[in-house]
Amino acid sequence: MLGFLVKRLALALLVAVTVSVVGFVLLRASGDIAVAIAGEGATETDIQAVRQQYGFDRPLPVQYVEWLGKTLSGDLGRSVYFNVPVAQLIAERLPVTLLLGALSLVFALALSIPLGVVAALRPNSLLDHAALWLAVFGQAMPSFWFALLLILVLGVWGRLLPISGTGSLLNYVMPAIALGYYATPAIMRLTRAGMVEVLGSDYIRTARAKGLRTGKVLFKHALRNAVIPVVSLAAVQFGFMLSGSIVIESIFALPGVGQLAWISLQRSDFTVVQGIVLMLSVIYILLALLADLFNAWLDPRIRVA
Amino acid sequence: MSGGMSPGMGETPLLAVEDLRVDLPLEQGTLHAVRGLSFEVGRGETLCLVGESGCGKSLTSLAVMGLLPRRAKRSARRLSFDGQELLGLSERRMAALRGNRLAMIFQEPMTSLNPAYSIGDQLEEALLCHRRVGRRQARERAVHLLERVGITAAGRRLGQYPHQLSGGLRQRIMIAMALMCGPELIIADEPTTALDVTIQAQILHLLLELKREMGLALVLITHDLGVVARVADKVAVMYAGEIVESGSAVEIFGNPRHPYTRGLLSCVPVPGRTRPGEPLGSIPGIVPSLVGSLEECGFRERCALAQAACRRPVPLHRLEAGRAVRCVLADPAGAPA
Repeated sequence: MLGFLVKRLALALLVAVTVSVVGFVLLRASGDIAVAIAGEGATETDIQAVRQQYGFDRPLPVQYVEWLGKTLSGDLGRSVYFNVPVAQLIAERLPVTLLLGALSLVFALALSIPLGVVAALRPNSLLDHAALWLAVFGQAMPSFWFALLLILVLGVWGRLLPISGTGSLLNYVMPAIALGYYATPAIMRLTRAGMVEVLGSDYIRTARAKGLRTGKVLFKHALRNAVIPVVSLAAVQFGFMLSGSIVIESIFALPGVGQLAWISLQRSDFTVVQGIVLMLSVIYILLALLADLFNAWLDPRIRVA
Repeated sequence: MSGGMSPGMGETPLLAVEDLRVDLPLEQGTLHAVRGLSFEVGRGETLCLVGESGCGKSLTSLAVMGLLPRRAKRSARRLSFDGQELLGLSERRMAALRGNRLAMIFQEPMTSLNPAYSIGDQLEEALLCHRRVGRRQARERAVHLLERVGITAAGRRLGQYPHQLSGGLRQRIMIAMALMCGPELIIADEPTTALDVTIQAQILHLLLELKREMGLALVLITHDLGVVARVADKVAVMYAGEIVESGSAVEIFGNPRHPYTRGLLSCVPVPGRTRPGEPLGSIPGIVPSLVGSLEECGFRERCALAQAACRRPVPLHRLEAGRAVRCVLADPAGAPA
């Protein structure tokens, strides 16, 4: 188990370094940052001055190492537009985004896992087909359009839920549904496939031969084995949700990291964008690690790897 | 084992199966996998169900346990355990019997244990779901039985997972699991087929020793006639979903009446029956399709002694005590001597 842990941590670190290098290089390659910082109507001398002031005239590796050192000490630079530290900007907005992501994931799991199990219990039944249609529907519908539909039906017509802002938890219901629904189809189909396979396995027959009740057979013996691939997928989907929150937060006027990313992209506020990309990557990597650890707990065979 | 082990007339057999049928609906039609099977097993008795692959042996055992796949249809005139009718029993009531008073051991030890749970958990669970006992007692019982089935360092094994153990060990664990509640009947479906030859004999010995010691009744499903000759009280030879011949082991081996049984016996060396140097036989042809109705002797096309009467349904002729043969040649009324 310790070997497994060390291996996974090393892998996560390696991915983090790679992502930081790629992110750094991509941002430098996406245009002359000095021009963007100097602003409209700046002269060549102004731009040159900016280059020197920010150190853009030095070799890339040097810039990277310096940036990395600062980043590790928590200094993500200053936003050109807001003129406040990037770390502060993100820290203010991260709780909103994380809450939205978590609620979306809970919604997605709470809908898709029971549906997947039920569909697997009676393959090709009416329920199975209904679940499949729900999945196809979710996969096919763009989340921004689904979000607008929700606003129209639940907010404008039904007047059941607030359509924007962060006043209460109720404000998060619609965004979480809009964001979570997108992840539902994949999780549901994978749960179904896993359960169908596991239910046909010999150890389920053994569990029944022991005289265990159906509930115990299903939830103790079958589900634990069936959700192993689902855990990895859910982590990936959570990552997608964080990026999907850029659109959803804008629609529902939630002041989260997604909205910040949207504003900063419009204003070419590169330091902020870079900070957000890095933060999202780190969250993503941590999630993957968490999923691996959870799977190792679920399946003892993984612990050896 | 002496003949005195057989139950006397009038005594309730532990397991009584009458006219058991298992049908599997397929796209091409209905597969009649088990076609009117009848047999009885008395307390402490060993019945061997013998036959080649696909003759319906495994489905028969699953049908008795109520573990058939959902699409399979089971019917019977009677299917009773210790006088209690199992047909129409609710899943809840059936689950209360399974693993408790009748247990099963499967053919595939490598895949029959749940990879996600420790050996101890899976063993203890078998007792905990039927008896009002604590974890500690269940654990003690598990250790005791693991030692009993010949597993060393039993206490340490409880914490191990299936993937850490060999096939032979896993099958010993499956046997221990079947014994957790002290069942009266064990159905063992080819329990040694998937194992190495050297391990096969050990496992079989173990099973027989435990059976004798605990007074269990055993239904042993096998295609290994050498095994049957050593262990069976009664033998039922299955072919194409039917019992073609049944009787005491001594009679079946000493005086096989059905051409299929004779063919089967000629295919394998049986201690005391096959002379050294004598070539072994084989049965030509293939098993008939059981999709749709089969209104004739299933063995007719492979039988050297086939005659016109074989094209009609052949009833099971009951001969002297406990002996039955499904062959026109065995008909005491009409057969030429």
